[in-house]
Order: sequence, then structure tokens, then C-alpha cells
Amino acid sequence: MNDVVIRVEGLYKIYHPDKPEEVRAINGVDLSIEKGEMVAIMGTSGSGKSSMMNVIGCLDRPSKGAYLLDGVRVDNLSKDELADIRNTKIGFVFQGFNLLARTSAVENVELPLMYDRSGRKGDTKAMAVRALEKVGLGNRLDHEPSELSGGQQQRVAIARALVTEPALILADEPTGNLDTRTSIEVMALFQELNDQGITIVMVTHEPDIAQYMKRIVEMRDGVIRRDVPVLDRRNAKADLEERDALAMAG
Amino acid sequence: MKASRLINIAGKSILKNKMRTLLTMLGIIIGVGAVIVMVAIGQGAKSQIQDRINNLGTNMIVISPGASSTGGASMGAGSSNRLTLNDYDALKRDAVVLTDVSPMMTTFGQLIGGSGNWRTIVNGVSTEYATIRDWDVTSGRLFDEQDQRTMRKVALIGQTVVDNLFEGTDPVGQQIRIRNVPFEIIGVLEKKGQSTSGTDQDDIVITPYTTFKARLGQRSYIPQIVTSTASQMELAAGMREAREILRASHKLSENDPDDVTIRNQADLAAAASGTTDVMTTLLAAIASISLVVGGIGIMNIMLVSVTERTREIGIRMAVGARGRDVMRQFLVESIVMSIIGGLIGIAVGYGSAAIVEKMTGWGTAIAPQMVGISLGFSAGVGIFFGYYPARKAASLDPIQALRYE
Repeated sequence: MNDVVIRVEGLYKIYHPDKPEEVRAINGVDLSIEKGEMVAIMGTSGSGKSSMMNVIGCLDRPSKGAYLLDGVRVDNLSKDELADIRNTKIGFVFQGFNLLARTSAVENVELPLMYDRSGRKGDTKAMAVRALEKVGLGNRLDHEPSELSGGQQQRVAIARALVTEPALILADEPTGNLDTRTSIEVMALFQELNDQGITIVMVTHEPDIAQYMKRIVEMRDGVIRRDVPVLDRRNAKADLEERDALAMAG
Repeated sequence: MKASRLINIAGKSILKNKMRTLLTMLGIIIGVGAVIVMVAIGQGAKSQIQDRINNLGTNMIVISPGASSTGGASMGAGSSNRLTLNDYDALKRDAVVLTDVSPMMTTFGQLIGGSGNWRTIVNGVSTEYATIRDWDVTSGRLFDEQDQRTMRKVALIGQTVVDNLFEGTDPVGQQIRIRNVPFEIIGVLEKKGQSTSGTDQDDIVITPYTTFKARLGQRSYIPQIVTSTASQMELAAGMREAREILRASHKLSENDPDDVTIRNQADLAAAASGTTDVMTTLLAAIASISLVVGGIGIMNIMLVSVTERTREIGIRMAVGARGRDVMRQFLVESIVMSIIGGLIGIAVGYGSAAIVEKMTGWGTAIAPQMVGISLGFSAGVGIFFGYYPARKAASLDPIQALRYE
């Protein structure tokens, strides 16, 4: 059981309950994700995948149901306790990168460490530098977001998610703002991190991107419609090499 | 989060918007500057009045006859005739704390001499009067013990008398007739200016009291005795001593009320500085209005800033900032901004005070504690007006803040 990172039972998220405009965004979901998994949560808009993402990310509390994150019950925590959970257990990667403007890459990556209350002290700057080196941006430490390409910005965001060594990396449409090649590059990075044992949950609506994951959970109308392993999983690195070869030939 | 880190973050975000920050701080700068200048002008006026009072001699104690009563009805201050030269002699003989004593005889008299005639106050005093009043001559000399003992008809005249009778000539050595008695002018008193009550202290003639008594006065009692102590610290002791000596000299028994009134200049000084304190407070209060307006400016900008940085707040919350952290960040930002504004305001205040002094000739004085007070005040403004926007930032929902465009 220690290997279960996310365990959700009978989860509901209901907006405006008992009113005519009641919306059951999550309508009874059971889900279990183990350590080392790489899961895509898919679905059209209105399927409940964003609400699912918010609850899993501890940004929001479920209306009903149990949620264990890394063995800790988190569905009934206070706002401040949720903030601490987000800080120590979850690394976020967003569609719009969400980096602080006019702030260097290192300082952006350092940000979660500034709010660390767990007492893990140390050289936060060195930790940030190491995380940036891990995503291949060791030579862009002092660049500000405006001086970086979209792919590089997303790498900074991934480094920020990694720096606290979280139990889970939660990515919300991380390739939504990127062109195809950069998207594959980012997926290559995610695959590399997953190979190192990091659990990754990604919300996406792009089937191509989902093919780089290990498991697909498809939602519709607030419930899970399909939960299947990816059979012919693609390797992002191999795809990149193939594209390069084609470009050379062309 | 550590305080140094918070201030660091606040400093960075302030520097990101230099122009806006400067305009925001301008309110505080003007507010603090205005308070400093106003208080400086007020304090300057106060110290000028203090100087004027010190001119009278701050250690001076004035003894006047008290009230007499006839059949139980008090006749009011000065109605007793009990102050005599005997009392003066007793004070001279017995006083320890009181260093100088002088009787103060006074009359109005018509002067004839120089270019015409002039009516003024004539005082008869002892040689020690000059020390008590801290008064010297600008030309000629003061009268001495011998003049006093031999009742020589010598006179010191004030500048106003010089201006009216001896315009353009040196009066020292000339003759002047006081109530038709000829006196020799031996000195011109240095200018004292107006007293706090508005009388011209230079419109005066001073003679030895012995001469006064023999030539100008008829009555046996004297209206006042003035005396002084070596320092202001001893004033209370001096007043006590004068009271004891005079009670003994008047042979009053334990239960008899005092028959003299003893006052000092320090009390007068306190009253006068009280007035200027009120004025200073008034000026400062008016100036603080601009400080409040400056504070509202900070609040306005902080509210705009919270809206503008909604996404940043969302990011910070997503990576683990608690509401409290966000609140602290914005609060520190507004405090840092208002303290920097306060510091610049103090510099502006100092500069403006110097300019005011140069242009108007008014004295200004900036008490060092004003700097601390203004800094504290501007920090307070930062907290007060930064609180609402900071709260607003802290209460944002991270999901909505992240989606904010």
C-alpha cells in the first residue's frame, strides 16, 4: 500500500448543491495511482477532468469522498494545511507555464523552497540550480521568462515542480501552448523523469500526447468511462530522432 | 518565510515598477516633508520665544507685595505696602541660594536733554540688577558700588531713549534732566527688544536705587525686589529661601498667610512655550492630512497591484504559499514603500526647512526625535493602508487566481 500515491474513493465535487443550477463536476470516482505510474486524464471540456485535477492537486476540497495522497488523508484539511501539502508533495506544471515575470529562472525554481515549512533547510539556490540542470537549462540560470522560448519556459516550470522532490508531478495541459516538436521534447523530458521513478499525472485532451503516457483515464460527465493501459506507447526521444532524420532527408 | 527574504521580495517587486512606485511614494514624501517643515517652523518659533524669555533672565525671581486685607476683605495683589528696603537688606544678608538681589523702584518721568524731551519709565536698582537681567552696556559703563553708596546722579539709558533724544550723537557723558534733576549719562544699555507682553524694554532709564530714593522717590516701600539664582535648577530652592527670609523679616507667625508674591520667569516661559506647542500641533495636524492622502494613494496602488498580480498570487499559492504568506508579502511591500517614502520625505523636509529659513528669516528647528516619529508614522500608514489590499490578496482562491487573465 505504501506504493500508492493517489487513492480516491467515492469522490464527489458538487457545485451549488441542492439548487436548480446544481452541477456534479465529479460524480462518484474511485481511482488509484501507484508510484512510478504515468497517467493521462483525458476528456472533453465539461467532463470533470479539471475539477479532478484541482482536487488531486489539493487546490480544492472534494464535496464528498476520501482522498489519500502519499498515504495521508487530505480531503478534510484546512486551507493552510493544503498549502503545505502542495508545497511538499506536489509539483505543478501548467499550460501557460505560470512563471513569475521579470524573475530569473533560478529564482522561479527557488519559489516553492521559499514557502517550505517542513524544516528541510539547505542551500535553496544550489537546489534550484540542480533542478534546472536536470531539465537541461544549466546554461540559462539567470534568464528571465521573456528571454526564453516556450519550451524552455516549460522546462523551467518542470524544474520548479521537481525542486521540492514531490511525490507527484501534476501537469495540466503542459503542451497546450507549444508547437508539435517542442511538445514532443517536453514529453521526452517527462518520460525521462518517469524513468527515474517520478509519478506523473497529466491532464490533456490531445490523444497524440496521451500516447506517450503509460495509462489513460478517460472521464465523461463526472465519472470515469475508460481506464486502460497504453498498449503501443510511443517513445518521445525516438520520435524526435526520427523527425530529425526525416528533416535531413527532406 | 524569513523577514530578510520578505523584504527582498518586496524590494524586487517595488523596483519592477519604478515610475509607479515613485508616484505612489510621492504622497508619503510630501506628507512627511510637510509635517517636518511645519513642525520645524513651529519649533523654531518656540525656541525664538524661549530666547526672548531667556533675555529677561530665566533665573530671575520677582518678589512683589502680596494682598493686604482690611477687616477680612482682601484688597488684591499689591495692596500690601510691606516690601521695604529692610527686606532687601535681609535678603542680601541671609540669602545663600539667591546670588544677586536688587530692589526695583519705578516711576514715570519726563526727561529733558539732547534734542528735546521724552516721557519714559525710570527704574532705581542696585548694581546687581545687571547680573540678574544679564544686561550690559554697549557704550560707557554700568554704575558701581561707589556710585550707589554716594548716591551719585548717574543714569543708564536704553536704546529707545537714545534714538529719541540723542539721535546721531554719543549720549555718554551728556547731561539729562529727570523730573528736573540733572543726571549724568554714564552708559547706553544693550538692546533687549520687546518683552513677551509687548512692552519696549529699551524705553527705559536706570539709576542707582539710592539716588532714586533720595531724588525721585518719596515712598518708603518698594514695589518689587528682583533676585536670581546661579542656575535654573535652584529656582525652586531660591523661591523657598526668599519666602522664609521675608516671613522672618516680616515677623509672620506659623499660621499667618504669606504677605508677598514670589514668581519666576520659568513659569512664564512654560506658559509661552505652551502656546507655541499648540501652534506646532496645529501645523502638524494640517500637514498630517497630506500624509493620510498619501496613505490612500498607497492603498489605491496596492489594490491595483493585487488585481494586476492575481496570477502571481495564484502561482505562489499553488507552490505552497499560505494566505498569510501572501498577506505578509503585500503588507511588507506597502511598508517598505512608505518607509522609503518617509526617508525621502525627511530629506525633503530638512531641505525645505532650510529654504524656508533662508527665504523668510524665520528660525526653524528640527528635533531629532521628529525623524523617528515621522518614520514610525509612515510605517504606520503603510500598515494601515496596506492591510486591506493585502487581505484581499490573501483571500484569493488559488484556482481562480491561476485562471485569471
